[in-house]
Amino acid sequence: MKNLAKIISFLALAASLVPSLLYFTGTIDHDAVKWTALAGTIIWFISTPLWAGQCEIADTSAN
Amino acid sequence: MTTDNQPTQVNEYEREPVPPKAHLGAGKFWGMYAGEHAAGTEFMIGPLFLAAGASIQDLIFGLLLGNIFAVLTWRYLVTPIAIGKRLTLYYQLERIAGGSLTKCYNVVNGVLFCFLAGAMITVSASAVGVPFNIHYTVPEATFGFGAPSFTGLVVVVGVIIAVVAAAGYQAVARVANIAAPWMIAIFAACGVVSLVQMEATSLAALSEGKYWSDAIAFVQEKEGVQAFPFWQIVAFAWLCNGAMHFGMADLSIFRFARSASSGWAPSIGMFLGHYMGWICAALLLAAQIKLSQDHSANPGALAWGALGWTGIICVVIAGWTTANPTIYRAGLAFQGVMPTCSRKTMTLVAGAVATVAGAFPNLSAQLLGFVGTYGTILGPMGAIVFVDYYLMKKIGLRDDYAVRVGSSVNLAALVAWLLPVSIGLYLIFAKGIFAAYAVIPAWLACGVIYLALSKLTQKPVPA
Repeated sequence: MKNLAKIISFLALAASLVPSLLYFTGTIDHDAVKWTALAGTIIWFISTPLWAGQCEIADTSAN
Repeated sequence: MTTDNQPTQVNEYEREPVPPKAHLGAGKFWGMYAGEHAAGTEFMIGPLFLAAGASIQDLIFGLLLGNIFAVLTWRYLVTPIAIGKRLTLYYQLERIAGGSLTKCYNVVNGVLFCFLAGAMITVSASAVGVPFNIHYTVPEATFGFGAPSFTGLVVVVGVIIAVVAAAGYQAVARVANIAAPWMIAIFAACGVVSLVQMEATSLAALSEGKYWSDAIAFVQEKEGVQAFPFWQIVAFAWLCNGAMHFGMADLSIFRFARSASSGWAPSIGMFLGHYMGWICAALLLAAQIKLSQDHSANPGALAWGALGWTGIICVVIAGWTTANPTIYRAGLAFQGVMPTCSRKTMTLVAGAVATVAGAFPNLSAQLLGFVGTYGTILGPMGAIVFVDYYLMKKIGLRDDYAVRVGSSVNLAALVAWLLPVSIGLYLIFAKGIFAAYAVIPAWLACGVIYLALSKLTQKPVPA
């Protein structure tokens, strides 16, 4: 489950950045950049908490 | 009765060394620094370089050099002391300078951190307001409110940020960890989109730099000719976080570090946030000038122009993840004044002060001068910690002098702090020197004065 969430997160990160590069090369237009980045952003914040930022600091809170 | 105070104090180790079981791996620090320095304020600082007339070459190389210096300062000045003692800055100062002096310093420290966090809340609110047509406008008076709707928005944003910060270091680090990679990607995307908007899509156009020089010419036509030369850029990049590294505020963060290698973690914040981020933010303004002949640096509007809703979300979260640790630090500072209160309560107090500060838009508009000034005020105390840790025993003097003699004010520390800071503030406000230039001279003077006065005033005390 965590591995799947990681893969989804990385794809979401790519969706946030790569469209701007495609815009740079003239492959897509500005609106497509905005909407793809937004989709990537939403997916990132859903999938990333499932696997990131949990393990070591949780030990501290348990003290 | 189970109080809120006891478990919080134990968990956060405000008045004891962090034990090995609570040490954190380097990854946590990389995530935190990436989030903290890829911040909402970068959207305000970046355009400054453009507005001040810095050449693109000076910006690229000046920021590179200044950020290298900053990373080295964190790694070799702060981290060794942090993992050597594993105490907060405030508790170390209490032992060295005395309880009353530390309380005075803590109040100054906490209030300045609150103003910094307030600027970040303002930036976040400027972004939240864009889709709701709530405008970020800067009134003439320093303590003037913006529109009532904007003030209300600041309060909402401030409350959310304060509550998250009050949840503790774990929550702060987790939010920063999750958001950091995405924020950096969005900063980069903003820069790339801006280049396309300025039709700088070929190697020839990029190297020619006309997109940059045209924007500078426009701003200088409106605001008059200004200069921001290479060494001023270096000094600003190095010392804009002077309170964190020279001032040792980040002892409170790195005391959790498992090894000294965590001291390299600020490099991700410097080179992605304070390098790529500033340059991308400057490009946003350059693009806005080209597209709409508008040179106002409204962070929310700049990000909206490049990436729409994603840009807005980025500014909000970037401001949030920076304000969080700043309010956390301020909470620790206030708790140093009132150790019987919980860190959580004091963080909420700090958040309230920051929210009030954030309601005055002019304070965030003066952020650049403020950053250097607060480094000048807080930085020198770091020299006292440095001298105490490395030099006192070597020259036959006692470290942690105040706690050994039971003094509430170590006179040597008081004079060593106030004298260079007073001169520094005089030079900044009366003579108009660039505030960041005062940080290192004040730090060095404080260290030398503290050493000399300690030699003159220390009395023999039992080991």
